[in-house]
Amino acid sequence: MITAASNTLPDNAGYVAAAYLVFLALLVVYVGIMAYKLMRVERDVVELNRLADAERPGTGEPDTARASEEATSV
Amino acid sequence: MYGSRLRSLSAATVVTLITGYCLAAFVAPMDADQGFMQKIFYLHVPMAIVALGGFVFGGICAIMHLRTDDAKWDLRSYVAIHISVILGVGVLLTGAIWAKASWGHWWVWDEPTLVSFLIVFLLYATYTPLRFSIEDREKQARYASVFAITAGAFVPLNFLAVRAATSLVHPRTFDSADNLPGAMRTAFLVCFLGMVLLYVLLWRYEMAHKNTVAQLRSLKRKLAGDDGLRSRRSAAPELQV
Repeated sequence: MITAASNTLPDNAGYVAAAYLVFLALLVVYVGIMAYKLMRVERDVVELNRLADAERPGTGEPDTARASEEATSV
Repeated sequence: MYGSRLRSLSAATVVTLITGYCLAAFVAPMDADQGFMQKIFYLHVPMAIVALGGFVFGGICAIMHLRTDDAKWDLRSYVAIHISVILGVGVLLTGAIWAKASWGHWWVWDEPTLVSFLIVFLLYATYTPLRFSIEDREKQARYASVFAITAGAFVPLNFLAVRAATSLVHPRTFDSADNLPGAMRTAFLVCFLGMVLLYVLLWRYEMAHKNTVAQLRSLKRKLAGDDGLRSRRSAAPELQV
């Protein structure tokens, strides 16, 4: 079936596919980098939460734990 | 707020790009000369125009930065150029693939369109190292703005010079002759609109990210004082919130 399909493809279809795949790959790499940056932002937010809890003694640990749980459940 | 309406913008971008490339694949007729491989045109040309437009936009933002001395404009300029450089990589790669399919060579050095785009790309490739080499934030922003304005002015001049030059092999699509008729033009325009939307979307995503990081740093400063922040060298502008 694959052979039959490839027989019907026009000439130079490989080059066209390669060009569009390059574009797709660029987008995927960009999204990957943005995902990594988002992870760093998330880490900063967790740290800020911890700092905020430390500022208000008595409400420290449970809030951070709850916030972390909420963050992971989203 | 750069993050607002990102969801609708994302949806519009995806829908426009898919529609455009479906039109290009199934509705636009085969090119009489190049056949199926001409379909790269619908990707390569919009990407090139948007990348060059993005460089000019970066220059305009840099003018605004020098006029207002507002760091927001420096950040806008930085992000605009950053996204354009990424698209520029795409233009060079897809162009090389098209050249190989069409002319039998990955690169043709005596073709003004190709070489001029490479020069523009290499010029902007030095933008981030230039920023990184300057430690003082104010100087970094000012020098980068001057660079972005000069290079941004070079883009249309370069484009006009190339149009005026005698081309050897690279085709001229948008000249006085009506050589992009009917369904081809429609498909191209939809693909171009999709590429513009993609550029705006990526620009806004990155602006939203940079803004969020600036807000986080400000919060950290308030909570932990200056001790909570490690001052590190960076090419990216730092917003003071």
